[in-house]
Amino acid sequence: MKRESRLAKKEALAFYGFISPWILGFIFFTGGPVLASLYFSLTNYSIFGKASFVGLSNFSTLFADPLFRTSIYNTLYFAVLFVPLSIMLSFGLALLLNQKVRGLAIYRTVYYLPSIVPAVANSILWLWLLNPQWGLINIGLQYIGIDGPGWLTSEIWSKPAIILMSLWGVGSTIIIYLAGLQGVPEQLYEAAEVDGASSVRSFFNITVPMMTPTIFFTSITGIIGAFQVFTQAYIMTNGGPVDSTLFYALYLFRNAFNYLKMGYAAAMAWILFLIILVLTLLQFKLAKRWVFYG
Amino acid sequence: MVEQVDAALSMKRKRRVRKLTQSVLRHVILCAVGLLFLLPLVWMISTSLKANRQIFAFPPEWIPNPVIWLNYPDVFDYAPFLLYFRNTVFIVGTCVVGVTMSSSLVAYGFARLSAPGKNILFMLMLSTMMLPYMVWMIPLYVLFTKFGWVDTFYPLTVPAFFGSPLYIFLLRQFFMGIPRELEDAATMDGCGYLRTYWQIMMPLVKPALATVAIFTFMATWNDFLGPLLYLQSPEYYTVAVGLQVFLSAHSADWGLLMAASTMVVIPVIIVFFFAQKQFIRGIVLSGLKM
Repeated sequence: MKRESRLAKKEALAFYGFISPWILGFIFFTGGPVLASLYFSLTNYSIFGKASFVGLSNFSTLFADPLFRTSIYNTLYFAVLFVPLSIMLSFGLALLLNQKVRGLAIYRTVYYLPSIVPAVANSILWLWLLNPQWGLINIGLQYIGIDGPGWLTSEIWSKPAIILMSLWGVGSTIIIYLAGLQGVPEQLYEAAEVDGASSVRSFFNITVPMMTPTIFFTSITGIIGAFQVFTQAYIMTNGGPVDSTLFYALYLFRNAFNYLKMGYAAAMAWILFLIILVLTLLQFKLAKRWVFYG
Repeated sequence: MVEQVDAALSMKRKRRVRKLTQSVLRHVILCAVGLLFLLPLVWMISTSLKANRQIFAFPPEWIPNPVIWLNYPDVFDYAPFLLYFRNTVFIVGTCVVGVTMSSSLVAYGFARLSAPGKNILFMLMLSTMMLPYMVWMIPLYVLFTKFGWVDTFYPLTVPAFFGSPLYIFLLRQFFMGIPRELEDAATMDGCGYLRTYWQIMMPLVKPALATVAIFTFMATWNDFLGPLLYLQSPEYYTVAVGLQVFLSAHSADWGLLMAASTMVVIPVIIVFFFAQKQFIRGIVLSGLKM
């Protein structure tokens, strides 16, 4: 009895030894800073000098800040268009790839390749592609008789331009969908065929329901990702023209590191956290109605 | 009788024709989309090898004629990219070692050892994966400023040695899939936990470690925000920040910019081609988005 408890103690000690890197990291680099950020959000801290407590005034200032509202609007615009489009594109391409096509490995590589291009190089490449005068995209549009817009120089087209370039990088989502499709049991389709179901029917009655967990997962991660869009906007447009690409993360970064309003930016970070939390919980709640776990 | 056979044959033929058209159609769509995905990269390389006169030619010319290599040496003349590469390789190498070592250590603990409080800690770790990095970005910056670490490599490398929740989770799944008998035998032989972890378990999860190493490589090589925040002197720049500064200095010189971008992209593509399997497995297992 005593021996056993000594062994258990030894094991517990070993456990804490093994996970100690994460515990230390959590205290210093994640958990601690998260709490500190909560405290900062209640102060007017600006890296220089002392922070003084200002209560909730950062939050009330934020709600009256027109740029804060613009940044939320821009981010929602991006999320609302990009997330469904990327899901449809990935699902569609994965469906085509899942039909035992010859050369699957090559197609998969080609579709995935753009998503590994480093963000800075990607931004420079797309600055060139989206160039209103010499860019490949407007030249291509010209061939089919369309006078291409000014893309990143246009207040209206700057966000669609960034959505377009983000869609180019959906490769990893395609692979997630392909894996999901390969996980649908073959017998289901065979049974449907015996029952005389058309391929359209078996798509809607078998494929779609079986893929709902994948759709659910990618829409959650997609929305979380959409709210953190930063690099493209920072490099390509720096928020312009006329703040049309001032996304949430960019405005937060500016407040923190250009204006040194650390307290204000920390308040923004917490609001972002709450937005993501609410959207995620909402999706989980709605999921009960449409996500099918067979 | 003959008619029936004929009818059956024509049915069969019809079905075959339909199957063939479907397959052709499928390949046409896949190829067309594939081309759309590939063209930007081809255009990048093509532009990097052209003289200005040809860059702005209309209609666009895909094949550089003549092939001008000059943009590449010019990049090195205008900016110390070799130094940027060296800095990046140092940071990436340190992070890959740090993340795989520390994450596997923690993952082993979570997978195999039991202790009071383990489940709560595990849940806590998972929940940090949901948090947007911006929530801790500011205090962390303040902390590193207090440490005097701004404009050094420490903020970009030291945290790697404290485990990364996503990879801990991934490796834990792998450790849990290994039969316990192997370790039991080792414990009987008097192996300590640390030796069991290092000599028995680590070799068994090599494929998973490779996946973690490659994803860490990609994330660190591509990271822009970190170096942007912490590196101020040009001699410490990574390729990501160096490229961004290069853009602001040569903003309309597309041949030069495409040459610089191509050089930053190529190492990533090489790694990808050597390790496609690990990539695919990593994405599938973690649903990871880059």
